[in-house]
Amino acid sequence: MSKSEVSRRRVLKSGAAGTAGLALPTIFTASSAAAFTNEPTGGTVTLGFNVPQTGPYADEGADELRAYQLAVEHLNGGGDGGMLNTFSSKVLQGNGILGKKIEFVTGDTQTKSDAARASAKSMIEKDGAVMITGGSSSGVAIAVQGLCQEAGVIFMAGLTHSNDTTGKDKKANGFRHFFNGYMSGAALAPVLKNLYGTDRTAYHLTADYTWGWTQEESIAAATESLGWQTTNKVRTPLAATDFSSYIAPVLNSGADVLVLNHYGGNMVNSLTNAVQFGLRDKVVNGKNFEIVVPLYSRLMAKGAGANVKGIHGSTNWHWTLQDEGSKAFVRSFGTKYGFPPSQAAHTVYCQTLLYADAVARAGSFNPCAVVEALEGYEFDGLGNGPTLYRAEDHQCFKDVLVVRGKENPTSEFDLLEVVEVTPAAQVSYAPDHPMFAGGDLGACNSGA
Amino acid sequence: MFGLNTKDTKSLFIVAFLVVVAPFILNPFPAASAMAQFNAGYPDLMQKFVIFGIFAIGFNILFGLTGYLSFGHAAFLGIGSYSCVWMFKLLGYNVIPGIVLSVIISGIFALAIGFVSLRRSGIYFSILTLAFAQMSFALAYSVLSNPKFNLTNGETGLQVYANDPQWFHRDSLPDLPHLFGLSMRATHKLEIGAWEFQLNAGYYLCALMMLVCFYLAIRIFRSPFGLMLRAVKSNQQRMNYTGLNTRPYTLAAFVISGMYAGLAGGLLSAVDPLAGAERMQWTASGEVVLMTILGGAGTLIGPVLGAGFIKYFENIFSKINDHVLHSWFAFLPDGLEDFVVFLIHPFIGKGWHLTLGILFMLVVIFLPGGLVEGGQRLGKWLHRRKAKDTPSAKTEPAE
Amino acid sequence: MDAFLLQILNGLDKGSAYALIALGLTLIFGTLGVVNFAHGALFMIGAFCAVTLQRLLNLSFETIDPSQKDFLGNPLKVKTPYIESWFGPDLGGAIIDWSVPLAILFAIPIMIAIGFVMERGLIKHFYKRPHADQILVTFGLAIVLQEVVKYFYGANPIQTPAPDALNGIANLGAIIGMDIVYPVWRIVYFCFSVLIIAAIFAFLQFTTFGMVVRAGMADRETVGLLGINIDRRFTIMFGIAAAVAGLAGVMYTPINPPNYHMGMDFLVLSFVVVVVGGMGSLPGAVLAGFLLGVLESFASTTWATTTLPGINQIIIYVVAIVVLLTRPRGLMGLKGVMED
Repeated sequence: MSKSEVSRRRVLKSGAAGTAGLALPTIFTASSAAAFTNEPTGGTVTLGFNVPQTGPYADEGADELRAYQLAVEHLNGGGDGGMLNTFSSKVLQGNGILGKKIEFVTGDTQTKSDAARASAKSMIEKDGAVMITGGSSSGVAIAVQGLCQEAGVIFMAGLTHSNDTTGKDKKANGFRHFFNGYMSGAALAPVLKNLYGTDRTAYHLTADYTWGWTQEESIAAATESLGWQTTNKVRTPLAATDFSSYIAPVLNSGADVLVLNHYGGNMVNSLTNAVQFGLRDKVVNGKNFEIVVPLYSRLMAKGAGANVKGIHGSTNWHWTLQDEGSKAFVRSFGTKYGFPPSQAAHTVYCQTLLYADAVARAGSFNPCAVVEALEGYEFDGLGNGPTLYRAEDHQCFKDVLVVRGKENPTSEFDLLEVVEVTPAAQVSYAPDHPMFAGGDLGACNSGA
Repeated sequence: MFGLNTKDTKSLFIVAFLVVVAPFILNPFPAASAMAQFNAGYPDLMQKFVIFGIFAIGFNILFGLTGYLSFGHAAFLGIGSYSCVWMFKLLGYNVIPGIVLSVIISGIFALAIGFVSLRRSGIYFSILTLAFAQMSFALAYSVLSNPKFNLTNGETGLQVYANDPQWFHRDSLPDLPHLFGLSMRATHKLEIGAWEFQLNAGYYLCALMMLVCFYLAIRIFRSPFGLMLRAVKSNQQRMNYTGLNTRPYTLAAFVISGMYAGLAGGLLSAVDPLAGAERMQWTASGEVVLMTILGGAGTLIGPVLGAGFIKYFENIFSKINDHVLHSWFAFLPDGLEDFVVFLIHPFIGKGWHLTLGILFMLVVIFLPGGLVEGGQRLGKWLHRRKAKDTPSAKTEPAE
Repeated sequence: MDAFLLQILNGLDKGSAYALIALGLTLIFGTLGVVNFAHGALFMIGAFCAVTLQRLLNLSFETIDPSQKDFLGNPLKVKTPYIESWFGPDLGGAIIDWSVPLAILFAIPIMIAIGFVMERGLIKHFYKRPHADQILVTFGLAIVLQEVVKYFYGANPIQTPAPDALNGIANLGAIIGMDIVYPVWRIVYFCFSVLIIAAIFAFLQFTTFGMVVRAGMADRETVGLLGINIDRRFTIMFGIAAAVAGLAGVMYTPINPPNYHMGMDFLVLSFVVVVVGGMGSLPGAVLAGFLLGVLESFASTTWATTTLPGINQIIIYVVAIVVLLTRPRGLMGLKGVMED
């Protein structure tokens, strides 16, 4: 089957769904009147916040919900306005979106693709949500993104770091503000080179599923281009809780850097185990042994406690950033909830603002109009410097932070310090980069 | 009728009627009202009700009749889902080949796993099935999704990509699962006054399947084969001493219930073409055990009730947040409102697991026969109130 | 050779947690005939006893330090634990540092009390009910317990470090002229679990109480007929089993930071251990615990995973299937136990 036919099918799909609806006897009909899925007709518009509320990522989900509520408050004209004041686009006026007051529904993804899709469907089918956002893992983000494409609503991804979200599995209706595995590698590599030199031997421990593999691939490629060697790549079961049997062989492997491609509970435990085994104080080949955690998050760093001290990684955003946007966001979030926001909170807050702004600029909630407004959109003032929403893959290109576990934290939130802000240009890649190849954005689907 | 006695025919008709009008009775509250939160009449949830109903009916054929407690039935659900999506990828989006294949493949797996596991009984059987299911889950999640041999697509879940062959796909057909052109997503919205009802093609397909499954289950329950299975439950040793080999009977029951699970998995993919590995995890197997026992193991309608109960909780209670609570109790004075919300807060939204856990315990402690027993007790109580003097009719045995 | 010994050591260390949990499960099953799905939750509660003690010891009063600013630019509130102000920073700091070992003392009465309440309040009513009901009600209890813990402590893991003195690594191989380094606390954990296991066995073997309990395990009715109040003794055994699970949890916290679902993570595994060992057999549970630990360790070596991809994910289940098919009652199970 040729490519052109495929894209034709994608366009035809929406039409077919509509006509199939008409095939049923039409009494009191209402379904075919709307111009697109869940067109808001009253004085309000409903957004769906789909985050993990149970399961291991529940705390991040809770932080995301806080940020969503803050964003809704700001968009509806409440509070101090947060990043609305620093955002480069000025079309949002604090009167909701296009004059419609924002209402929201929440759901529980349980960090399972099935449950996440069920929850998103109930928002679309029952609550009439016109946009779905959230998620705290790549599997869930990709599953929900696919659903939104089929249903004809916009999906603004939350925390998802896998290359596939805007690579192999990219969708026209889906947008990602968060950075990805490739960017982590590209941002970390120069810093690692400065710190540890070019003659290093790396040992990878990788969570044995899609995200882990793409991250391992990205980091290994980036470090090998520095001249590092990769001695071993070991896959660890996702369900593993004790990593000692994977850490122990590292001791005698001759490697002098350990890369932990883990996230969440896996990362907390593997890092704790690695430090337990004295890796941080070890000297191999006359060099200090080093540990690298490519994807860092403050909430996870808290779980790992003192073990993170001096360990490098990358992150999408950190609350200690001193630009106006970040400061404004930290101020409103901190004033409302009493502690600084996490990177998950930041990314979903931005996504909500960006969606609202795109609707306002397009003058319509129609997903296709929103897609057009967001594609190739350049903005600033949301905390990561000048940012581009690239049209080819719906990925945001912005500065990436390299952070280090702080040696002497002054408070329970002050766990990471920013070592370097890698500029966007350095982490950019071609849309057809091999690590992102094989996907097809398709055409936008408005569900009409 | 249909070879059933009057009582069974009656219950079949009641179930059929309920399933047909479900879109209406599950949406009792006007769409704009605050109580609309409790409406369950939207396509996805209704589909889940009947699909997990099928899953639980099938599980009950094994557990309710023979007493063999399988902790690995989710594996068949997952295998069914994967088979169905593979048919979508290879042949095209028509659901028939997918559903047929999902039943066949899960039947084959059930035969193999059942043949091995049924060599043991009691908790040893449970652990064997659990072990097989966990192995399937672990392999599906990681090893079987490696780029060289990608059978399951791992974490993301198996789905149809634009470059899949889809040999029988034509441009005139919907680009979503369909039944000879009728999209499973096709939904007709009825607005009657303030109420809105959704009639969904996928739901009615699943509902039809469930009625067929329910009918077959009744036939199995009432057949000599069903009687044999009950005999296995009450005393397998005695059966063996009479010189009868019970293994073929239990194996048949295992395979049938595995095929039910496979059908449920196939239907899950048919209404939503993405198959995730979590479907095979032991917690998913545990869920169907809970559904069956909660509803009433060994009864016909119990498992369906249990499935509905759990899915309702998962989808409705998890969506109630503080914001919603405040809007409900806005009529109370401020301090009191906050207090009421504070009291309810731990049990809704992210606390729905807690509520579910407490309800489980209450049901298991006070209603060993599940919701069906609850209904019977209620019925008897009402009956007794009506006719206080007449002594109640003969008590029926528990099974 | 070094690597081989290291994996053995590692397996024994993993296995000690499995053995302790399986031991408690078997005590409950052997004495009361109850399949306790909430046992993992008891392990988790034990771990959170350590977290709670750490929090209690760290209870602080706040003083405002105008020279420093917090993240919003307000004057920083400096927290000083009461313990440190009462006992001085040195002794107070040391007490906080040793909070995990101290938590053993803290956890024993709490776990025994929880065990008593569980047995008297809930499990007692399920002796006569089918095993499926017992599984279901204890499973429900496990969900409730873990959700309650999550409500108060959140979903993220909480770091509870071992005392500084026990935090490093030790070179065990130095004695035999090899280089085998291993974390001190893991060695402590192994010794601790061996100690507990030995204590339980000694208790059952050499005390009158233990003798009666063993007799009760063999034939409950006859012991009852002899006029011995076996129920009360069984309640005490449930308390002891809960305490064993709890202590396993307390001591586990420095190895991996506890979170609310750690009990569920261990639950399936510990049942596999019990079944492989043989339902109702205490030595079987201990043996299977260590055995599976060692096997798991070897399955995760690069050699094993390259020979058989994915073997590290399924080794436990493969072992369970092989053992159950070749030895119907597990390694050391008794005839007629749980076979209906």
